[in-house]
Amino acid sequence: MGTMLARLWEVLARRIDPMLFVCALAIVGVGLVTLFSAADQSIARETSQVMSLSFAIVLMWMFANIAPQTLARVAVPLYIVAVAMLVGVAMFGVVVNGSRRWLNLGVARFQPSELMKIALPLMLAWYFQKFEGRIRIRDFVFAAVLIVVPVYLIKRQPDLGTSLLIGASGFYVLFLAGLSWKIIMGLAALGAAVGPMVWTHLHDYQRERILTFLDPSRDPLGAGYHSMQASIAIGSGGIVGKGWLNGTQTHLDFLPERHTDFIFAVFGEEFGLIGNTVLLVLYLLLIGRAMMITAHASTLFARLLAGAITLMFFTYAFVNMAMVSGLLPVVGVPLPLVSYGGTALISLFIGLGILMSVQAHRKLVMT
Amino acid sequence: MPGRLIFTSRGRGSGGYEPSELRNPERDLFLFRRRLSLVGVLVFLAFCGLFTRFFYLQVVQHAHFETLADTNRIAIVPIVPNRGVITDRNGIVLAQSYSAYTLEITPSRIGNLEATIDKLAEIVNIEPRDRKRFRKLLDESKNFESLPIRTKLTDEEVARFAVNRYRFPGVDIKARLFRQYPFGEIASHVVGYIGRINDKDNERIAEWDETANYKGSDYIGKVGVELSYERDLHGTTGVEDVEVDSGGRAVRTLKRTPPIAGNNLRLSIDIKLQEVAEQAFGDRRGALVAIDPTSGDVLAFVSKPGFDPNLFVDGIDPANWQELNESPDKPLLNRPLRGAYPPGSTIKPYLALAALNSGKRTPNQTIYDPGFFQIPGQAHRFRDDKPGGHGTVDMYKSIVQSCDTYYYMLANDTDIDDTARFLGKLGFGAKTGIDIEGELTGVLPSRAWKRQRFAGKNYRDEHRKWYLGDSISAGIGQGYNAFTPMQLAHAIAMIANDGVGYTPHLVKSVTNVKTGEVREIAAQPASKLDVKPEQLAVIKHALVGVNKEGTAAAAFKDAKYVSAGKTGTAQVFSLKGEKYSEHKVDERLRDHAWFEAYAPADHPKIAVAVLVENGGFGASAAAPIARKVFDRWLLGESEPGAAKDMPDSDDDDGD
Repeated sequence: MGTMLARLWEVLARRIDPMLFVCALAIVGVGLVTLFSAADQSIARETSQVMSLSFAIVLMWMFANIAPQTLARVAVPLYIVAVAMLVGVAMFGVVVNGSRRWLNLGVARFQPSELMKIALPLMLAWYFQKFEGRIRIRDFVFAAVLIVVPVYLIKRQPDLGTSLLIGASGFYVLFLAGLSWKIIMGLAALGAAVGPMVWTHLHDYQRERILTFLDPSRDPLGAGYHSMQASIAIGSGGIVGKGWLNGTQTHLDFLPERHTDFIFAVFGEEFGLIGNTVLLVLYLLLIGRAMMITAHASTLFARLLAGAITLMFFTYAFVNMAMVSGLLPVVGVPLPLVSYGGTALISLFIGLGILMSVQAHRKLVMT
Repeated sequence: MPGRLIFTSRGRGSGGYEPSELRNPERDLFLFRRRLSLVGVLVFLAFCGLFTRFFYLQVVQHAHFETLADTNRIAIVPIVPNRGVITDRNGIVLAQSYSAYTLEITPSRIGNLEATIDKLAEIVNIEPRDRKRFRKLLDESKNFESLPIRTKLTDEEVARFAVNRYRFPGVDIKARLFRQYPFGEIASHVVGYIGRINDKDNERIAEWDETANYKGSDYIGKVGVELSYERDLHGTTGVEDVEVDSGGRAVRTLKRTPPIAGNNLRLSIDIKLQEVAEQAFGDRRGALVAIDPTSGDVLAFVSKPGFDPNLFVDGIDPANWQELNESPDKPLLNRPLRGAYPPGSTIKPYLALAALNSGKRTPNQTIYDPGFFQIPGQAHRFRDDKPGGHGTVDMYKSIVQSCDTYYYMLANDTDIDDTARFLGKLGFGAKTGIDIEGELTGVLPSRAWKRQRFAGKNYRDEHRKWYLGDSISAGIGQGYNAFTPMQLAHAIAMIANDGVGYTPHLVKSVTNVKTGEVREIAAQPASKLDVKPEQLAVIKHALVGVNKEGTAAAAFKDAKYVSAGKTGTAQVFSLKGEKYSEHKVDERLRDHAWFEAYAPADHPKIAVAVLVENGGFGASAAAPIARKVFDRWLLGESEPGAAKDMPDSDDDDGD
């Protein structure tokens, strides 16, 4: 009996990276505590988030048990399906809040841009692995096309925030695959030159958001107001915070979207600089561990995939916290592992599962 | 360039001509890790940046933000802009907003709602109706919104509450804007009404990306011009930063960005003409559209019966709603746009013009009408309205006396698809593009239309096939034909204006109240009829004949101008060969009376289509209404003496 349990435990825990898992759970814990306050102590929200979490952990375990080379095999079909779905969204998508982002699958609505977040790095990693050791400039050009297609489709929805983030995930793979510094600098220079032209192509609401970021008082009833109120929430939290469930900004309805994109403001108000620092450290530990895994990955594919996932974790966490604290314009990015929302939680845990798989399968291939 | 290497100094082995080197995994890994380390440093620096920002907000600026949060009793209050005024073409107000005091409750700040309302009822008059409406609002709203329990308080009530205000935390007097329609039922289908914003409206607002601008707005256009020009009328919401006390009550205003009032609309409607037209209908149901043929200005737009838009503003009560919604007279139906009726004989001038244009008929070519028409080899007789027939008939007579047999024969000689193509150019079977919503396209029958209409497995092939008999019925405007009064007015205006049609429009100009800038709605040429002027002249001559010596002569007796027109009668109920007798048939199954006309005949200033539902003969029921409208518009007379409803036994009343 004892041996059976031990055996079971071994099967369950074999591929799980303890440090990654513990860090992730700690951050999720912070999220659940904050959510309880942000959602006005709603048990229903809390239960729903815990249900998503359980499902996400199961998926994480499954992905941890899939060898990276198996994932490499589904890279191409997954990418094609994701692009096809984005095209489908453009043609028959459901419009919510003026954007066509959702695909109605009968049972549930689904945002194909979520799938693309994993499909694109997977595809790129597969591609560079295929030409490992003989990667030439034309491969980078082809890879750039692979990135531009979904980025363009998502930008058209319109969802500028997500398209930029997915573009970034693609760029991370190119960078780690060794894109020459000259080209990176060239692109940066080009970006600076083209920037003013892009401005004229932006949607009114996008321009408005950027202007509002530069001057929040432009739009005191909309995004500018959100941004100001979030800064007030964090700033008034002070060093130790106002205490759990005691945030006045939170509970007097001054904070918008406070259980999703702006949940960090609730956390900052109630737990102060100390809480924020703890959260930063937890993210650093998680990202640091993920980088270790990336550095020790055995194949180019695993390295690039793990690297992209790691950097996406960082990007989401950074962009969200920077946005809520007023360093970046308001874009719809949730705080990874903390914000309320099942889909994001599941994507993130799948990412963690892939990282664990890369770590666990490292020795098997080493010669 | 093709040989340039990026990642390592090796070529791609496959080409063969590239210098190939051995792979160097250690170097690859080294380069990769170097980049990864760089990333690690950047991540760390970025987090340090975040920490610095937090430190700045939470330590350096803490006192500042703490004060802000404590005094975040600064509520940001939207100030609703004044909705644009709607006037007729002469500046007479048809819709305006006025400010009135309301007594409002913020439910989230109140413990026992019922008890509070009971206590309030001792100070101001609160009817059971007010309570009912409040409860309905409560169900639809979020808790922190302030909701009106009483609207339009008197000055005395305001004063009485002000004295007792301290007893009622969470209850306040506010000034809200109310919409008023001084003409009530007159032109109600043009002006429309506003109502409380619902979920569907919110979706619309989100699609315009105007959510912030509608904060604080309770009402939105629901019907008519109020709906179609919503974005002009609404205006830009202002903002007030208000300091509130612990009870959430405004203490003083800190900063104020005033709202910008919505744009004013000047309609092309003349409300006096509209009144004359509506009165001319009496209690009868029907529709009238009068257009200036040279510009597309809609001068009058009648849908009878109408409704009182003032009922909707404050949330219509269930009793009134039920009455309007369930009445068999359908007062909420916009008949000129959404009533599709068979055109009857009013279609004949267009078919005659098509025949001239295609060369199927010349003006002088005659037929002999024995009183019926038979498709060669078939027994069924398509009867003429005049027993015994009209005898020898040329094109002029066919229109003036409205001879059915002439058009049965013409339909027999013409392909339905050619007819449909020609009528399509006059705007039949398509939206006219008028600037209010809900317009129907009607039915312009053709082979393709019938195939599509009877597609699907509920129908068999013989249902989808076009028969000659279909063409014959369509030839006198019966059968599948169904057009809206709007379409008919548009078509007759096109004839009046020598074949040039303008998109009809109800709004003549939009005035920006702040800048004073006036946006004129220009006449938009919609289509041009490709016919020879002499062909058009034949038809116009015959239309003058109708009002002079034909079916509408009685209605235009002694008129001080020359007018042109065509009567029509649309069958509601097929009598299967029995002789139709108005008095034997139930009122709602009686024929619809049509009249289309324009005047003055040489330089038309007004074109009109009139439909009287179940009115019987077009000549007697509909033509006198057009006469009154013409007299008013051309002569300025509102009470024309000559045109009275006339008896309907004259033999010349061909249809």
